[in-house]
Amino acid sequence: MPHKTFFWFILPSLAAMLLFIALPIVSVAIQSLHIEHEQVLITVENCGPFGCEQETVVDTAATAELRQAQPLGRFNGLGTYFDRGHLATAEVAEIWRTADGIREFFSRLMNLPFYKALVFTLAYTAIVTPSVILLGMAIALGVNALPRMFRGPTIFVSLLPMIVTPLIGSLILFWMIDAEGIIGKTLQVLFDDPELSLKASPTLTWITLFVYGIWHSAPFAFVVFYAGLQTVPGETLEAAMVDGASRWERIRYVVIPYMAPLVVFVTLIQLMDNFRVFEPIVGFSAEANATSLSYIIYSDLRGDVARFGSAAATSLLTIVGVAILLTPVLIRTWRDFNRKRA
Amino acid sequence: MSATAATRRSPALIAFSTGFVILWVVLASFPFLWTLWGSFKVQGDFFSKADWMNALWGTRTLVETGATFTGQAYHGAWVEQDFWRSALNTMIVVVFTVIVSLTFGTLGGYALARSGFRYAFWLLMIALIFRAMPHITLVSGYLLPFFEWNLWGHLPTAVIVLVAINQPFTLWMLHSFFLNIPKDLDESAMVDGCTRFQAFRHVIVPVMWPGVITTGLFSFLLAYNDFAVTAMLLSQENQTMVPKIASFLGSTFEEGNVMFAVAAVVSATAPLFVLVMFFQRQIVSGLTAGAVKG
Repeated sequence: MPHKTFFWFILPSLAAMLLFIALPIVSVAIQSLHIEHEQVLITVENCGPFGCEQETVVDTAATAELRQAQPLGRFNGLGTYFDRGHLATAEVAEIWRTADGIREFFSRLMNLPFYKALVFTLAYTAIVTPSVILLGMAIALGVNALPRMFRGPTIFVSLLPMIVTPLIGSLILFWMIDAEGIIGKTLQVLFDDPELSLKASPTLTWITLFVYGIWHSAPFAFVVFYAGLQTVPGETLEAAMVDGASRWERIRYVVIPYMAPLVVFVTLIQLMDNFRVFEPIVGFSAEANATSLSYIIYSDLRGDVARFGSAAATSLLTIVGVAILLTPVLIRTWRDFNRKRA
Repeated sequence: MSATAATRRSPALIAFSTGFVILWVVLASFPFLWTLWGSFKVQGDFFSKADWMNALWGTRTLVETGATFTGQAYHGAWVEQDFWRSALNTMIVVVFTVIVSLTFGTLGGYALARSGFRYAFWLLMIALIFRAMPHITLVSGYLLPFFEWNLWGHLPTAVIVLVAINQPFTLWMLHSFFLNIPKDLDESAMVDGCTRFQAFRHVIVPVMWPGVITTGLFSFLLAYNDFAVTAMLLSQENQTMVPKIASFLGSTFEEGNVMFAVAAVVSATAPLFVLVMFFQRQIVSGLTAGAVKG
C-alpha cells in the first residue's frame, strides 16, 4: 500500500490516539512540574479604639484572580516529585537513618502515601496474575473434560464475573461480605467470632481485594486457555500415549508447551490490567487500608481542591512503572521482529 | 477427538474435575443470583442483623410492605433518583463510542494489515504501549485543559475520549482479522480499476462484519464498564450509570437507600447478561483471536 493511501486510512485512528493518549501524557508531564498557587496574603492595618494592629489575611479575590490567570499554577520544577506525597526522598532518608532493622523501615515506609500505594499495586499485580493463570488453566481443563452439552452453559456462567462492570462486581461482593451480608455472616459463624469484619484489618482487606481480582479475571484466562485446548493436536497426544506417557506427563510435555504462547499473552494483558487496579478499591471502600497508584491519582483529582500537580506527578511515576513492566515484552517483540526480517 | 483413548479418564479424576467445575460455576454465578433476589427485598432483609435466612423468605419485607417481594428499590432508583437519565446517557455514550471507534478502527486496521512497511509494525507496538496506559493517568492529563477550554462535562467529550482509549485494542483486533481476509480479494478489485478505497468499500466491507461485530462487542464493554473516564469527565446531569451508582453510595447512606444502589446495580448488569447470552460465541472467539496471533 502506498504511503499516501496508508496515511489517509490510518489518519482518524492515529489522530484520536495522538490527541487523546499521547498529548495527555505530555500534558501530565507539564502539569507535574507545576503546583497550585499559594494564597495571596495581604497585610492590613486594623485601627480600633485601642490603637492599630497589623493583620495578615488571605486576599480571596486576588487569589481567585491569580488562579484564573494562570490555571496551571506556579512552576515548581521537580519539587512535587520529591515531596512527602510522592517519592518523599527526605522522609525515606530520615526513616532509613533512624529505623532499627529492616522490618521497622518497611513498616514506617508504608506510612508514606506513595509507597503504600506502590506496594499494594505491586502486590496485587504479583499475586493476582499468576493465580488467575493457574485458576484459569484448572477451569479450562475441567470444562474440557465435561460432556459437550454442559460446556455451553458453563462457559456462559463463567463469563459473567469478567463481563460485569468492575465497580459493580466489586459492589456486589462488598455487600455480601458486609458484616450483615451473607458471606460476612457465614465467616463470623465459621470462625465463631461475632466481631469478625473483612473491612477492618488491612490484611483482610488486601486478601479480599486479591480474591476479587482473581474472581474477576480468571474467566479471561479460562476462555483463552479453553479455546487453546480445542486446538491441541490429537495425534501428538495419541503418540505420547503410545509412548507410555501418563495423563499428567501428557499435560506436562504436550499440552503445556503447546499453550505457552497463550500463557504469555494472558500474562501480558493481566500485567497491564492489574497494574491499573482502581475500581475495586472504590467499590470495596477500601481506601483506608489499601490504595493503588491509580486510586491516589483519582483522590487527588477528586478532592475539594483538585491537586493537578500532585496527580500529574503520580501519573508520570505510574507511566514509568508501566514502561518498566512492558520493557521485557517490547525487547522480546523487537528480537522476534528482527529475526523474522533476517 | 472425543472418545479416543487419549481422552479417557479414571472415574476419580472425572469426579474431581466435575466437582471443581461445579464449585467454580457456583462461585461465578451465586453473587449475581443473590443480589438479584435481594434487590426485591428491603434493606432489613438484604443486610440482615437477625438471621440471614430472612433474605430468602423476606421476613422484614413482609412486615414493611405486606408482600415478600417489593419493587421499592427499583422505584426509588429509577424514579426518585433519576436513574433513567443515567441509563439514557449511558446509551448515548455507548452507541456513539461503538460506532465511531469501529469506523476509525476498520480503516486503520485495514491499512495496518495491508501495508507491508516497517512503520506499520511500529504503529502496532505504539498502540500496545498506549493500551497499557492506566486510564486515570490520561484523565489527569485531560482534566485541566478541558476545564480551560470548556470541554468538560459534555457527553461528546466522554465519547471521543473513550473512542481514543479504545483505539489500540480495536486496531489490534481488526488488524489480525483483516490479515485473515485474503489479499487477492481487494487486489483483484484494484486490478479491475478500483481505487484502494473503492476496493475497501465494495469488496472488504461486505465480508468484514463478523470481525467488526466481535470488536464492537468489546468496544461496547469498554464504554459501558468505564468508571475512570465517565466519573471524572462528566458533569452531574450528564452522569452515566456507573458513576451514578458510585454516587448513590457516597451521598445516600441512610436506611433503605442502599437498596437503590442494589437495584441500580441489578439494572445495569441485566443488559450485560443479555449480551453474553446472545453473543457468547463472538466474545469467546474475540478473546482468542488476539491470543492466537500471539
